[in-house]
Amino acid sequence: MKGRVALVTGGSRGIGRAIALKLSSLGADVAILYAGREDAAREAVGLLERQGSRALAIQCDVSDYRQAEAAVKQVAETLGNVDILINNAGIVRDALAMRMSPEDFAAVVDVNLNGAFHMIRACLPALVRRRSGRIVNITSVAGLMGNAGQANYASSKAGLVGLTKAIAREVASRGITVNAVAPGFIETDMTGSMAPATLEKGISAVPMGRIGSVEDVANAVAFLAGDGAGYITGCVLKVDGGMYI
Amino acid sequence: MIFEKVAEMLADYKGIDVSTIAPESTFADLELDSLDVADLVMQIEDALGVNIELDPSVTNMAALVKRIEEAKNA
Repeated sequence: MKGRVALVTGGSRGIGRAIALKLSSLGADVAILYAGREDAAREAVGLLERQGSRALAIQCDVSDYRQAEAAVKQVAETLGNVDILINNAGIVRDALAMRMSPEDFAAVVDVNLNGAFHMIRACLPALVRRRSGRIVNITSVAGLMGNAGQANYASSKAGLVGLTKAIAREVASRGITVNAVAPGFIETDMTGSMAPATLEKGISAVPMGRIGSVEDVANAVAFLAGDGAGYITGCVLKVDGGMYI
Repeated sequence: MIFEKVAEMLADYKGIDVSTIAPESTFADLELDSLDVADLVMQIEDALGVNIELDPSVTNMAALVKRIEEAKNA
């Protein structure tokens, strides 16, 4: 991936940071977008630079199209046009549907689904002109199988699958591939704060009997973002230890 | 005037001779698919500072130029 520019939304922490580091380790220059944790973003940039990549962190609320467009422009001016877009930014506001506020439903869809569209919309003209590119959307098994308490999150992630397939069809003729990766139960800050019994219950739903790592997800993303996946588009690659078969 | 400008941009975009582009040339004649048209229109919007409304009835250069003139006069 030497000479390519990757943009990872939600790239300062967790799965996004692992993806950024993986793409960097393969030679890409990497821009990360982050919502608010500047300290984490700076740390991530330091790690990327130590791996030899040119790196950049931009604070951006991807649910605001103008911010998304400005961020893509800044990346192009600083590192070059985006070759690889990873839509990873996501939030959760869990509650049972009968207790979920319409605002919390809309906020999650705004970031997770609309935000991904905004980034794709902002990156596509340059990708279409260059007739090459990779887009990988991070969805979730929750978007494929549903999850109680996550009507908003599951809807946004299911929407990402539709978005992935629609855009894949639109730009296939230009050598741009659009795929999704659907992580299952992955070890992150969120699972780290779970009660042991809840964690145990989650793992029991995984046929492989273990929680996944952020590197498991990053490896799948790197594959789809690489030259070896040039004939794969519109696919949803599950990284879930068999959780949803 | 607008036709000439659009024809020049299109010729540059497709790498073809501008003299082969006529008002009655359809996008199909010019081997422009829907993505080409969308991309070209975005470039025209940037160059002319207008917002062009496209719909399926716009299938040739004359219709595109008419839309651009309407946008400029809006």
